[in-house]
Amino acid sequence: MSLSQHEVKKVSLLARLLLTEEELTTMTGQISDIVGYVEQLNELDTTDVEPMAHAVEQFNVFAADEVAPSLSRDEALANAPKRDDECFRVPAVLGE
Amino acid sequence: MSLIHASAAQLLTQLESGEITSVELTKACLAQIDAADKEVGAFLKVMTDSALEQAESVDARRKKGEKLGRLAGIPVAIKDLLCTKGEVTTCASKMLENFVPPYDATVITKLKAADAVLIGKTNMDEFAMGGSTENSALGKTRNPWNLKCVPGGSSGGAAACLAASMAPLSIGTDTGGSIRQPASFCGVVGLKPTYGVVSRYGLIAFASSLDQIGPMARSAEDTAILLEAIAGYDAKDSTSANVKTPAYSQSVKQPLKGLRLGVVKEHFGEGLDSEVEASVREAINVYKSLGATVTDVSLPHSKYGIAVYYIIAPSEASSNLARFDGAHYGHRCDEAKMLEQLAKERAALEASGDEKLLGGLDTSLVRMYRQSRAEGFGPEVKRRIMLGTYTLSAGYYDAYYLKALKVRRLIRQDYDAAFKNVDLVIGPTAPTPSFEAGTKTDDPLAMYLGDLYTVTANLAGIGGISLPCGFSKSGMPIGIQLQGPPLAEERLLQAAHMYQTATDWHERRPELS
Repeated sequence: MSLSQHEVKKVSLLARLLLTEEELTTMTGQISDIVGYVEQLNELDTTDVEPMAHAVEQFNVFAADEVAPSLSRDEALANAPKRDDECFRVPAVLGE
Repeated sequence: MSLIHASAAQLLTQLESGEITSVELTKACLAQIDAADKEVGAFLKVMTDSALEQAESVDARRKKGEKLGRLAGIPVAIKDLLCTKGEVTTCASKMLENFVPPYDATVITKLKAADAVLIGKTNMDEFAMGGSTENSALGKTRNPWNLKCVPGGSSGGAAACLAASMAPLSIGTDTGGSIRQPASFCGVVGLKPTYGVVSRYGLIAFASSLDQIGPMARSAEDTAILLEAIAGYDAKDSTSANVKTPAYSQSVKQPLKGLRLGVVKEHFGEGLDSEVEASVREAINVYKSLGATVTDVSLPHSKYGIAVYYIIAPSEASSNLARFDGAHYGHRCDEAKMLEQLAKERAALEASGDEKLLGGLDTSLVRMYRQSRAEGFGPEVKRRIMLGTYTLSAGYYDAYYLKALKVRRLIRQDYDAAFKNVDLVIGPTAPTPSFEAGTKTDDPLAMYLGDLYTVTANLAGIGGISLPCGFSKSGMPIGIQLQGPPLAEERLLQAAHMYQTATDWHERRPELS
């Protein structure tokens, strides 16, 4: 299957990646190749096969609902590229 | 034998008897890193000061007669994707170049509790994506057996530091073969445990249902010692297996009487290098001479392993790596320039009447994420995020992701059927020995096929180990792989040790200047 550059551009928005024109061209070719390769799975009839999402199938693994120590605000903010005393700082979302 | 070439088992005995100190041993490893790592590039960071402090502290406590942990005084190298409190943990990415975790991964906590000396953080493919450690954004690692060749990946630094005698033990991670394949390329031992045996808490996730942390060493016995230290149930990881950890270091030397090995038919087909095949066949003969019975087994769906992996792993990666957005941590783009560019593009779109192209979704905040991630991630990471986003997107989910999960079940069923008749399966670890750097970087599919024999163990969640079993004519190591049913790590290690009592491939070391 071959993807169009336009489709790859749309995926790049969903993936939150900004690609250069050159990257879009390379990526369109490479992703088409890989998607073409994985299509060999269509040889198999999997109608009655239960999907296997995880290597160890566990259900309802709950933690006790108890307050436990957690990171302080300063520790949680310590790696932020931009912050003030209390918050992560990001570009304005409202009023664009 | 000199300190840097000795096994962890020998070193532990010498430390306990007082013949050597941890400071002497640590200094010997640091001196070897100093001498050889400019060429090899196994480490992203050498933790000289803290390693010496830990070594001094262990020596002092030993002198006082205090009870010490299982790895007391032994240097261990850490793949740079395990969160280590107060130490930069980069995942070999520009995105996390300055990330200092505020907590320790469970494996790090366990190593500290075992009184190991954390000697440094090893290089890897960025976010563990790759088969050659050529995708690291922070440095090149070379194969100590031939500096023109790759060390394998993604735990390339973890394997190379062992081959170059810079540390006796090291920790790697394996999502599709990332412990076993570099172990094979560098002539060392690497074990991917059954999923859930080692806690993943604090591992910077790539593909959560496949990732597993594991031990790497120069012998099966040392691998057993390290696995014993890091394995165990952890309530902080909901996928952790709630089973008792066997005394791997005790049982490893017990030979397996009547071992039944299954030779995986599908692992000897097209694409297998003839020298690799010859060495692996010879290793199987060694097992026969040790009393093992050998039969052929079939894993008919194994040929679909790479296709299934390259849907599931990128899908999970696209979700896991969404957290790297330049807001909470990670690289942030220059916002003023970014906003200026965005305004220009919007104006151009408006002028061309094509302003609805991206549905107005490319807001300032989204653009900040997109620009930051574009600058922070390397090509392989971007490729996998894109591929995963595509296969999970509306309209394609059933055709790709769901289909892959179903074939994953078939792969697991093949193993379950095989293990009804044999104790372990055996075959090559990788289709070829290590290759020269740069020869596969433009062809992702060719690189991906290097994981053909390892990836199915991750999909099925079972354990596998790679052992050195020979050399190519050009002097590069070749590895054999054993895989076992779930939780059969004891058996894998015993079978590996058995082989190493009859052969000396694992004792050979490269000549480094």
